[in-house]
Amino acid sequence: MNAHTPSDRAPILAVHNISKQFGGIRAVNNVSFEVRKGEILGLIGPNGSGKSTLFNCILGQLKPTTGHCEINGKSTDGVRPADLSLMGVGRTFQQLSVFPKMTVLDNVILAGQEHEGTMLSRLFGKPDAGLTGKAEQLIEFFRLTPYRDTEAGSLSYGQQKLVDAAMAFMAGPGIVLLDEPAGGVNLTMLANLKERLQTYNREHGTTFVVIEHNMEFVMSLCTRIIVLAQGEIIAEGSPEEIRSNQMVIDAYLGG
Amino acid sequence: MKPLTLILLGLALVALILAPIGQGNYIVYTLSSWLLFSISAMGLNLTLGYAGQVSLAQAGFMGIGAYITALMTLAGIHWVVAAGVSISSCFAVGLLLGWPALRVQHHFLAFVTLAFNTLLFLVLRNEEEVTGGSFGLVGMPRPDFFGLSTMSNLNFYYFSLVCFLIAVAVMWGILRSPWGRAFKALRENPIRAESLGLKIRRQTLLAFAIGSAFGGLAGAMQAPLVQFIEPGSFGLIHSLKILLMVVVGGSGFFFGPMLGAAVVILLPELLRFTEGYYLMIYAALVIVLMVFSPNGLIGAGQKIWLKFKPKHEARRDMQKGFQL
Repeated sequence: MNAHTPSDRAPILAVHNISKQFGGIRAVNNVSFEVRKGEILGLIGPNGSGKSTLFNCILGQLKPTTGHCEINGKSTDGVRPADLSLMGVGRTFQQLSVFPKMTVLDNVILAGQEHEGTMLSRLFGKPDAGLTGKAEQLIEFFRLTPYRDTEAGSLSYGQQKLVDAAMAFMAGPGIVLLDEPAGGVNLTMLANLKERLQTYNREHGTTFVVIEHNMEFVMSLCTRIIVLAQGEIIAEGSPEEIRSNQMVIDAYLGG
Repeated sequence: MKPLTLILLGLALVALILAPIGQGNYIVYTLSSWLLFSISAMGLNLTLGYAGQVSLAQAGFMGIGAYITALMTLAGIHWVVAAGVSISSCFAVGLLLGWPALRVQHHFLAFVTLAFNTLLFLVLRNEEEVTGGSFGLVGMPRPDFFGLSTMSNLNFYYFSLVCFLIAVAVMWGILRSPWGRAFKALRENPIRAESLGLKIRRQTLLAFAIGSAFGGLAGAMQAPLVQFIEPGSFGLIHSLKILLMVVVGGSGFFFGPMLGAAVVILLPELLRFTEGYYLMIYAALVIVLMVFSPNGLIGAGQKIWLKFKPKHEARRDMQKGFQL
């Protein structure tokens, strides 16, 4: 089968004219873009350029002043974060976001259990909702097997980032939004994370949208990059195009 | 479960069975009272310790259960039916009260439940034709089971013990299921939990309603135990007392409520020799405990245990061949 048939390349995420105003400040100004299945899209820009605001608007944490988003053609207007997750949108957080007193295994099982069965079947069903095997696979994929039964809070920062990523993937989402996955992660761990993300993308065709400040990481991970400055898109293209775009160099990358 | 845990649980069960034998009426009565307050506190522990919501209406729910059971058993209906109605009514009222209240959560829920408990007290006192007003209701029969009467205090204790064990099993089942994991996740990081598909409001509401239903069962047991109920037994002060049980025992620990209920009910008896000073000593002990260990007695016990037996954290990250 040709991997580039039009239906295959339909947008999984479409952002239509999103603006977000905080009082007198327009943090995001009329931003539109589409993300196609299987893409790894990078979202970069200087601090205060509106990346996180845009992210939060897409993820239902903030209500955009105007505009809306669509996931697989369905509007996400007024959809709560929990329902967004059930629509197949996974995410990681900028700050550490594991459940510190639960084991790594429980963290990952939790990330999948709400997608299995109904509220009642979760009360009367198996304690692990039948997810131990699947969770162990993901734990192994992120090379966390030795920590399976360790409380997530006692892991190192970088390992917790991996647990966070494993959780984002547990429900088998079509698209995962990663908020600064490289922040505070050391170089070895970073290479490991990038390689794991690329492998996952290749094996499962999962789409990624990544906010990141680490240029090296973004340029080598992403297939396409959008540059935001002062709430607007100033450039879009492949990593090579972005690297040589004069506007981007002036606004962000520097001389 | 580890074999040691099983042995300890078995010993605890034997102790519970042997506890009232050879004791006077008053002690057996107090033990039954401890069992039913443990059930109520267990319910509040689900709301507070697991779902992280402060409810100040647990005594109110006990009141609903007690009055429904009293009225029904006085009308000649068997206790089992009355208790079933009490439990489901408390569940329903929990849902109705929690639905608007949990939109605001935390201390707002505390205020709403506080108001509810006060309101319920007034209704129980003022609706004299049904509730008997300030005089309350008297003479509720103790139930019979297959010809076995629970009229004697000893038999009633064993009846309470059976109810208690059923409640413990139900609670254990809930906490062991994916719901238990969801409750822990809600307590630790609600925003992350929501982003993973957990419907926070619905899950918390159900925790609150189930917790209230446990209060209903405790109330249904209190009516035949005391054989006299009046609005004052279910006032706000008693909700605070149940809250104290959960906090003193250790909220969020499975056995916290049982321990807390034991302390709150038995400590006054032990301190009786100090006469007028008992409340002062009691208050001071609670303050000291909370300062030393906000996680209650079980938390304090854990702290001490860990001091003598520090956990050995292996450096698994240094293991050969493992690179991260």
